[in-house]
Amino acid sequence: MLEVSVLKTRPAFRLEATFAAATPGVIALFGRSGSGKTTLVNLISGLLRADRAEIRCDGEVLADTRAGTAVPVERRRIGYVFQDARLFPHLSVAGNLRYGEKRARWPAVIGFEEVVGLLGLDALLARKPRELSGGERARVALGRALLSQPRLLLLDEPLASLDLARREEVLPYLEALIERLSIPMVYVSHQFDEVLRLATHLVLLEAGRVLAQGPVQQMCLRPELQSIVGPDQVGAVLEGVVTDFDPRHGSAQLAVGSGSVQLSVREATIGAPMRLQLLARDVILATAPVAGLSVRNSLAGTVLTIRDDDYGAVLVSCDVGGATVLARITQDARHTLKLRTGDAVWALIKAVATRGHAFPLAPRV
Amino acid sequence: MHDPLSAAELEALRLSLDVASRSVALSLPLAVLAAWVLTRARFPGRMLLDAFVHLPLVLPPVAVGYTLLLLFGARGPLGGWLHRHFGIELAFTTAGAALATAVMTFPLMVRAIRLSLETVDRGLEQAARTLGASALDRFVSITLPLMLPGILAGALTAFAAGLGEFGAVITFASNIPGVTRTLPLALYTAMQSPGGDALALRLAVLSFALGLIGLLAAELLVRRVRFYLGR
Repeated sequence: MLEVSVLKTRPAFRLEATFAAATPGVIALFGRSGSGKTTLVNLISGLLRADRAEIRCDGEVLADTRAGTAVPVERRRIGYVFQDARLFPHLSVAGNLRYGEKRARWPAVIGFEEVVGLLGLDALLARKPRELSGGERARVALGRALLSQPRLLLLDEPLASLDLARREEVLPYLEALIERLSIPMVYVSHQFDEVLRLATHLVLLEAGRVLAQGPVQQMCLRPELQSIVGPDQVGAVLEGVVTDFDPRHGSAQLAVGSGSVQLSVREATIGAPMRLQLLARDVILATAPVAGLSVRNSLAGTVLTIRDDDYGAVLVSCDVGGATVLARITQDARHTLKLRTGDAVWALIKAVATRGHAFPLAPRV
Repeated sequence: MHDPLSAAELEALRLSLDVASRSVALSLPLAVLAAWVLTRARFPGRMLLDAFVHLPLVLPPVAVGYTLLLLFGARGPLGGWLHRHFGIELAFTTAGAALATAVMTFPLMVRAIRLSLETVDRGLEQAARTLGASALDRFVSITLPLMLPGILAGALTAFAAGLGEFGAVITFASNIPGVTRTLPLALYTAMQSPGGDALALRLAVLSFALGLIGLLAAELLVRRVRFYLGR
């Protein structure tokens, strides 16, 4: 369990945030720029002094200003991956990696060879930071933080300075780390797709306050989040287990709730957990079963809620066999179909609309 | 004349080198400390300290030498104490010439070191901190190596300048052949002596050459170190 409750006031800014999340897991701090994400991680790390702080990680008190205790940064055992990597320019990659390892005064959780292997750093060890690409720099920074044997890893937009292609190059390494290690992580991002790929828990920040928090799946159904990500990224997140995979046709079946969803993916492992995002704008609602369509999924369910979104359309959430999907439809469609809460509907989902949104699940507790 | 340097010239050269290196050795640690305090510490009186450090730049060197004589002379408060407890005599000695040179070149050194300290990214020190490094550890393992170009530049510039320090040395340490008669003092003496023109010219050329070599060496070394540091 990671429990954080902090207050920091500055002349033009006030941050007051409280959240708790299960560990191990990936806790995403999400919000617009200026919402206080970086300030919050700096307070957790101790680099920024809080006016009031209560921080506990897996039962150990890292700071409790009321009791007058605050573990100094250098002994907090929190790894920090900075947005700008902050590799030491005078040390080689190996020197950077060893820097924290040499200073860890606690039992090692992960060894040098394992980190080098996990992050693919073998060929880089003798290089100087200036000879690295942005993606390589991010990986080295990640490895350096891991080798300090942290109890908690803070990642402050580690991929923000990278272009899309470079991000795609680093993300699989991050996913592999999350899968292999049980170090809790706090991940700051303003890229919603990154959050959906990595996070188990989402803390939504707005103007220095926690607007909402909870497991990612539930958070995706919250209007507060929907208004921040915008109409094109609103959608439900479904999690399930792959029951079938046909590599020739690039299609897989995912058991979700009591039903099954066909999706278009290049790679999948039968029996492995997957996460997929179904964008609300890609989901079609029908009030009767339909035939003769190319659409691969027609999930029977009932309407849970109907809500005007902030952009002139309507968001309908439907229960389909224990899972919730979101559909974004026009006001016109809502009136024509005479949709009401409790109505029976069929959610039509194109298998290809899920493509690229199929994510391996972060380890769940 | 194609002779190598005469014995007197050689002695002046040796003394200049001796005095300059001693003065650098004496002032370098203090200059690093002063640069650090002036850049990083926030305390009342910082501006006054800053001005005090830079004072030798604007004072007449003779005034500095005279002040040193008052403080470190045999009857001065510091000089007397040093002599009683450690048997150290500074006035009219080579060590005294080095002290006078150190005081005069101190601002040069502090400025160079400070400039390089200001370019050290504090984010790197923060990163080191999250990796478990204590304050002293951070300074030694991150800050100091990254300041190295400035420290080297400061030390070499001060060394080159120290070879030719005149006013403060002659006032505090006098002009004693073989003890405090460094290159500029020898040059001055030659100019004052009848028939010393040729010697004076040779010493002036020597001074030029030394200064040029010192500055070029400083620049080259700093470039190499910068490259090594990955900048």
